Amino acid sequence: MDDLIPEFLTETNESLAELDISLVQLEQNPGDKDLLSQIFRVMHTIKGTSGFLNLPRLGSVAHKAEDLLGLFRDDKLQPTPINISLIFEALDCIKVVLASLESTGKEPEGDDSDLISRLAAACQGEETASSAHAESAALPETEINEASATIEPIPSIAPETPMSPQQSVTPSNNAVSTANNGAAGESSSAAQSLRVSVDVLEGLMTLVSELVLTRNQILQISRLQKDNELSGSLQRLNHIVSDLQEGVMKTRMQPVGNAWSKLPRIIRDISNDLGKKIELEMLGQETELDRQVLEMIKDPLTHMVRNSADHGIEKPADRLAAGKPETGYIRLNSYHEGGHILIEISDDGQGLPLEKIKKKILQNNLATESELAMMSPQKIQQYIFAAGFSTAEKITSVSGRGVGMDVVRTNIEKIGGSIEMNSVEGQGTTFTIKIPLTLAIVSSLIVGIEDERFAIPQLDVTELVRATETGANRIEMVNETPILRLRGRILPLICLRTLLGFPPQKVEKPRYIAVIRVGSYSFGIIVEQVFDTEEIVVKPVTSLLGEQSIFSGNTILGDGQVIVILDSAGLLKASGVIDKAALGRDRKVEAIAEGGNKDEVPLLLFNAIDDNLKAVPLQHVARLEEIDLADIEFAGGKRVVQYGDALMPIHLYDPRADLPSTGKRPVIVFKTKEGLSGLVVDRILDITTHKGEYQIKSEGTLEGSAIVQGKTTDIINLSFDGWKSTRSGFVPQPDTLTQPDYGSLQ
Amino acid sequence: MTQAVQSASHQLLTFMLSDQLFGVPVLQVNDVLGPQKITQIPLAPAAVAGAMNLRGRIVTAIDVRKCLNQPEREAGLTDMSVVVDQDGELFSLMIDTVGDVLPLSQETYEDAPATLDPEWRSVSSGIHKLEDKILVILDIEQLLRKAGENCSPK
Repeated sequence: MDDLIPEFLTETNESLAELDISLVQLEQNPGDKDLLSQIFRVMHTIKGTSGFLNLPRLGSVAHKAEDLLGLFRDDKLQPTPINISLIFEALDCIKVVLASLESTGKEPEGDDSDLISRLAAACQGEETASSAHAESAALPETEINEASATIEPIPSIAPETPMSPQQSVTPSNNAVSTANNGAAGESSSAAQSLRVSVDVLEGLMTLVSELVLTRNQILQISRLQKDNELSGSLQRLNHIVSDLQEGVMKTRMQPVGNAWSKLPRIIRDISNDLGKKIELEMLGQETELDRQVLEMIKDPLTHMVRNSADHGIEKPADRLAAGKPETGYIRLNSYHEGGHILIEISDDGQGLPLEKIKKKILQNNLATESELAMMSPQKIQQYIFAAGFSTAEKITSVSGRGVGMDVVRTNIEKIGGSIEMNSVEGQGTTFTIKIPLTLAIVSSLIVGIEDERFAIPQLDVTELVRATETGANRIEMVNETPILRLRGRILPLICLRTLLGFPPQKVEKPRYIAVIRVGSYSFGIIVEQVFDTEEIVVKPVTSLLGEQSIFSGNTILGDGQVIVILDSAGLLKASGVIDKAALGRDRKVEAIAEGGNKDEVPLLLFNAIDDNLKAVPLQHVARLEEIDLADIEFAGGKRVVQYGDALMPIHLYDPRADLPSTGKRPVIVFKTKEGLSGLVVDRILDITTHKGEYQIKSEGTLEGSAIVQGKTTDIINLSFDGWKSTRSGFVPQPDTLTQPDYGSLQ
Repeated sequence: MTQAVQSASHQLLTFMLSDQLFGVPVLQVNDVLGPQKITQIPLAPAAVAGAMNLRGRIVTAIDVRKCLNQPEREAGLTDMSVVVDQDGELFSLMIDTVGDVLPLSQETYEDAPATLDPEWRSVSSGIHKLEDKILVILDIEQLLRKAGENCSPK
């Protein structure tokens, strides 16, 4: 009997998550009979099974809730908000019992007689004074079709429940749960999915990782031997293993909607509690990401949505006064971009109140008034990520305890993600979270000290600098602390050799500096060799190392050697130079410095057509490539090249100029909303920074012109939305600058 | 529990280290290996010799001599390892030579003598009196705990 309980728990927990969503939907569509039957069946199953497993407390609550649902179904009662709240209360009670059942194996002690009597009273059709929602009035009776009222208790239903577009929640577990709800509820899709324990999947994943490593080793051996007889079948093995790896990775993937399933309920409760009207829109919930990552972002996401509902969306009256529709919306959107998942959380609420944040910054001594005056609004808003920062005037039960966004940011950064925020006061706030698809395989830079090799996650590495004996890139010592001047700024350095306890170097050898960014803090790691980047499978570091934070794991390289993976944040901490408090301080200093020099932008200088300097802001550049002009093809009248597996549109600086059909040209590859695009130029010259305003400001594809390195330079706006629809042109001719005609570009 | 399993649980894999015979429960042993290439782990406790690759799994190598306060291995002695499984994690115990698997009964068992070096006592779960010598049973869990604790850096 006891081995049935774990199964019951998993099953019921899944059903409950769905019930939360279904009930919110039912409240919005009280006449939806299919939905009601579905809810009824789930409750019925819980009741039935708990009776069978001898769980009286669970059984009695579920029984009464089922009675009430039964009355809804038979049209004897209306699913009014009060009644639905009662069902929610019953659900919460069931969840408490389940949680205790999971941890202790027993039902907890407790008395549900109050809840049960209120449920019973509701069944009698009485208006019960439900503690929280006594004020909400019963909905007017809705006409219900006679035919639909006579639906059989257990009709065969499609796994997809009818849903309004805003609330469309992918019922990914539906097939599983309906299959367990009785023979009649079985749908054709039930046979298509299986319940597999996570352990089995993890085991499979480990095996595949090992297979990948073994393949890498065989490939390495075959490369050395140049034995062509092997290479054919090896090639095939190589492909199969890659496919297998991809397939197994897919089994770990779960739709991001799973992490969102609690949100409709949370929003409903908040809007009821605070008297707000909020619509939650969820898009792209089928976007899949690694189970492990999903677990990690669940809480931050919930927190942020709660924040939006509590702080963001105004009360209906305020919204009307501000000329906005009464109902506020919160939109969740997720999609793939590169090897990342992007999740956007946007609301049309009041945005971040700049004045309040300023006041709070001054209160907490994070910056002085004069510093604030020099900061851009964006910079000021970023302070909400500082620890203990909350602008909520009163602490509500929902949010405002000041342990908010900094924790969110820390959690997201822990999994190699980043968070951006954009807020316009009065118009709303948008958060964009960028997270890696998986944590199991990481692209890493392999560096070396003597004969030992170490891996640094590629995500943390912003650039590599070769240290020279003399000249600009030399390592300078300040009281035995190495530092580097990098483009005018001081970069603190950590000597990996010293930190890891290797004996001092006997002969001065060339050294490299890997510039690492942890959060908003940059530092350099001095290494002696730089090898390749490699996709590595992260394995946990041995338990014997205990509390150390320098290594985040280890891995096996293609040649079979085990190496350890360095943890950038841990290195910073372990170096002792910068403790955690200092990290926070430095962040602040840097924030101020950046605020002061907000106009300082790194520029990539290039030549195209003529000898005039042209530049693009470096932040927009994804990479630099060289293409063979013969590879340029035409697709839909546009120039394209095959780039990886995709077609990349190619733009010319001057669409009217002739392009030779052969030869090689550098291409600036940059990211647009629609993917990567390339701009063909003549020469890539340099990277420099530019301070101050542009001398001539333009709009459209040209950001403006400025004096860079003593020469007039046109600065191209790669992020301009309009140009990407141009058929082949990129930048207006010099003569059109005086008479801008961007109509054709838009 | 069947008779067969019961007897297997009392079988010990024996090995020599510094002229002393040791035994570990054979059910915990995964592999016996010859000399291996070991990657050092910087800043690890002295008894952690490093990590190695065993058919795609990462195994932590434990220098048993360091755990038992024994001098470094003399040149000329063979270098072997016994790979054991402890709570799903693999550890490779670096020893001199591997001996037989001995089925031992309770009759020859005795608690470790009180006069034994405390370092040894803490990692031993008893001894077996064999005809010609004494076998010290290593408690792997305790040995690993000690290896992790022994934090004097290299």
